[in-house]
Amino acid sequence: MAILVLAMAVQRNLFAVVVLAGIYSFLMASVLVALDAVDVAMTEASVGAGISTVLLLGALYLTKSEEAKPVQRAGLPLLISIGVAGALVYGTFGLPAFSDPLAPIHTHVVPRYLSESLKVTGVPNVVTSVLASWRGYDTLGETTVVFTAGAGVVALLRRRRRDESAR
Amino acid sequence: MRGDIVLRVVAKLFIPFMLLFALYVQFHGELGPGGGFQAGVIIAAAIIFYALIFGLPDACRLLPETVVETMMAGGVLIYAGVGVAGLLLGGNYLDYFVLDPDPVRGQERGIFWIEVGVAVTVSGVMLKVFYMFAGRTRDPED
Repeated sequence: MAILVLAMAVQRNLFAVVVLAGIYSFLMASVLVALDAVDVAMTEASVGAGISTVLLLGALYLTKSEEAKPVQRAGLPLLISIGVAGALVYGTFGLPAFSDPLAPIHTHVVPRYLSESLKVTGVPNVVTSVLASWRGYDTLGETTVVFTAGAGVVALLRRRRRDESAR
Repeated sequence: MRGDIVLRVVAKLFIPFMLLFALYVQFHGELGPGGGFQAGVIIAAAIIFYALIFGLPDACRLLPETVVETMMAGGVLIYAGVGVAGLLLGGNYLDYFVLDPDPVRGQERGIFWIEVGVAVTVSGVMLKVFYMFAGRTRDPED
């Protein structure tokens, strides 16, 4: 995956970048399956590798397929991103070890969700019951975010079309 | 691309199964992986596949843009409506226990309708974005 990211950063042909991004999404989906997060893997495979690739190709058709040469040297941005990445990696050292049963996230509400989910909601898939029932307000918010994003795209692209007809 | 008979036949074979799989993911989401969001994306992917093979005008005839726009807002309204139904039946907002005399059945019913709302909104938004991108033509000055 790291090789893919480097290839995407170096590659100047945008078509190749889109295809590499699709491959990256499929690899990410496999990693998520390996982590037993099948719901997320399904989303990653269908959204990341499927629909966003089609949308990027559609956007590519509207522009040129070669990336423009950068105007400035990449020194300062590179320094900043390496600095931020270093800080983030340093932050992960403070996290509890992976699948540590005593980590705070596993001792707060998770035991209650896991033990009472089937009894209270009658739904065997805990992911679904947490999303739709225990955390129903959050999911309502997420659905509203998706709707707002769609409405924003509609508003942006619509106005462009009207301008063109006025010209 | 519209004339390629291999693509057309393969698409005709695949799209019913894609839609069936979307429905399976939707209604089996309580038992296996999946749910409204994934089902909505798969429905949208099936329609986008159809549009890629048979052309955008055919897809727009199958699912007109007004229907897609209604889906975007309708899904959120279904979701919010489940909350209001809970209020009307004497519970809290998004309280599913009151939707049925048996609380567990009420939970199942509430989750079912919420997932329907999520799927409708997600597939509507995905399709609308695709329609907007695919419907534009290259600017002559670019």
